[in-house]
Amino acid sequence: MSTPVLQVTGLSMDFGGIHAMSELDLDVQAGEIVALIGPNGAGKTTFFNCVTGIYNPTAGDILLQPPDGKPVRLNGLKPNKVTEQGMARTFQNIRLFSNMTVLENVMIGRHCRTRSYIAGAVFRNRNTRREEQESVDKSYAILEKIGLAEMVNEFAKNLPYGAQRRLEIGRALATEPFLLLLDEPAAGMNPQETQDLDELITRIRNEGHSILLIEHDMKLVMSLSDRIFVMDYGRKIAQGSPQEVSANPDVIKAYLGEDGDA
Amino acid sequence: MISFQELKRSLLVSLWFVFLTFPLMVIKVDPIERIVSWRWENAVFVAIGSFVVSMLVRVFFVQKQRRRERLAAGTLVEREPLIQVILREPRYLYPLVAAVALFALLFPFLFSTYQTNIMITALMYVVLGLGLNIVVGLAGLLDLGYVAFYAVGAYTYALLNLHFDLGFWLVLPIGAMMAALFGVMLGFPVLRLRGDYLAIVTLGFGEIIRLILENWNEFSRGPSGIANISRPGFFGVEMSLESAILYLYYLMMALVVITIFVVNRLQDSRIGRAWIALREDEIACQAMGIDKTKTKLTAFALGATWAGMVGVVFAAKTTFINPASFTFMESAIILCIVVLGGMGSILGVIIGALVLILLPEYLRAFSDYRMLAFGAVLVTMMIFRPQGIIANVRRTYRFEKKQAE
Repeated sequence: MSTPVLQVTGLSMDFGGIHAMSELDLDVQAGEIVALIGPNGAGKTTFFNCVTGIYNPTAGDILLQPPDGKPVRLNGLKPNKVTEQGMARTFQNIRLFSNMTVLENVMIGRHCRTRSYIAGAVFRNRNTRREEQESVDKSYAILEKIGLAEMVNEFAKNLPYGAQRRLEIGRALATEPFLLLLDEPAAGMNPQETQDLDELITRIRNEGHSILLIEHDMKLVMSLSDRIFVMDYGRKIAQGSPQEVSANPDVIKAYLGEDGDA
Repeated sequence: MISFQELKRSLLVSLWFVFLTFPLMVIKVDPIERIVSWRWENAVFVAIGSFVVSMLVRVFFVQKQRRRERLAAGTLVEREPLIQVILREPRYLYPLVAAVALFALLFPFLFSTYQTNIMITALMYVVLGLGLNIVVGLAGLLDLGYVAFYAVGAYTYALLNLHFDLGFWLVLPIGAMMAALFGVMLGFPVLRLRGDYLAIVTLGFGEIIRLILENWNEFSRGPSGIANISRPGFFGVEMSLESAILYLYYLMMALVVITIFVVNRLQDSRIGRAWIALREDEIACQAMGIDKTKTKLTAFALGATWAGMVGVVFAAKTTFINPASFTFMESAIILCIVVLGGMGSILGVIIGALVLILLPEYLRAFSDYRMLAFGAVLVTMMIFRPQGIIANVRRTYRFEKKQAE
């Protein structure tokens, strides 16, 4: 049995009187692809926002286990600190830096792995130049991997939709994460693009990243995931392998409504 | 090319303008003689004038539209603007820079002291514009109280000179640091604010600084200001007024060059990219591991630093300062320089500063209409060239990398 890279226990999030998420347990093992599914408004993105530090959860524990080092409790850490620990995310509604070039977008991901500051920027000493060149090289390598090397100098806003989604993944990869959180990476993609995405995610996993994804495209979820967690009304209603989950009566009820009268 | 419909619309526009300006332009009441004179010829001028302007605008938009259609159809290839070609090609750029540098060096000898003095002011606004450009153009934080940092720099020098007799060169870095400190002080409370809210708070901050200077008599001598501030020294050499101005001119020139160099390096660096990312999307920026607090505070502090330095120079130049020099109008003008020149573009800001500061000086003959022309220029710019005189081009070429095959 491998060790969990992410261990979430009893995670709850209240907005005033609304319980967006309650008592959620979830874990991701090293090298695993885990999917989090559920109907719209089930609290999946709330979960992501809690884990990545955009929200501060009301209760519960989020433990991240870097491959080399002590486990880190993520509760209350700022988003940039969470990313520094080695967990990066993408967004459901694309949030690229649209007036920056594709390469620069990826280079932003390198920010937390580089150090040069004002003095370095002004005097452009050897360390800064080397660091900068390293950022360019590594970012370019990532763009080649996700198949965007041709568009290095395009503005991010001018990319086709599918490419923008891939660029978001590339930007997250540049932060050198061991765990990648993908929020609906296939939303709005055509079948061909989804197919490419499937291959890309598998390839990223084979390079040693663990992946947690939210997705509505069931075909993609079923073919990719090792395990699936299902949420509804802010609670976990099922978990298990794709086969187990797709046969679970609670899941079918959540998706199709009671007695099929949805 | 222009349809009948368009003609009709322009005609309506001109009628509307005649109606609007009717009380001002046509009716003239002489209350003493109790005579009302009707200057109908003015109405005709207004009608013809507004009709022509309206037609010109229409023609412009029609052509822009057709151009776009031809671009889309592929019959026309978009050409790179001339200015970008010049900026990119060293064989055009270097001679041009050399020519400008030569002109700048010889300027005080070609023109009168009066002209040199005006040029010093313009150069000060170049540096102010470039400083504000860091905050507004790069980091996207709308700062309407920038003049406060300018005031901090000026008063730092004035007060230290008054009480401790400290010299210009010693206070220049102190003034810069004081302004940076105030930048951080303003930065902390507004960390969570963006857009309109940020603009209002910074506006308030600028006014607070001005009101403190105006009312705290024991500290700043209130509205009467501080006089007899020393001019910049040069190894203790006594200077006539003229050579002092000459000296100040070259000093300011050096400051401009240093500013350009530093700002250019900054915007092409890791931290410059972080600023732009912050401007583009704050949440994504944080999620990518950028420390929002640190990045924002650096932008405020670095932007303020330049204002502080120019403030010291300003106090040394005029040898007298009072709070009236640091009104909201100054902030507005500096912001106009940045917006008119082109947000985030160094060359744009320089040209913007020169245009906005020098034009009004040379248009003194029409001083009654100066503010009118100022407003008209801004409105026209926003309609026809919202990206500013020179749009900032992200260095799409800078990261060209050998094909990793």
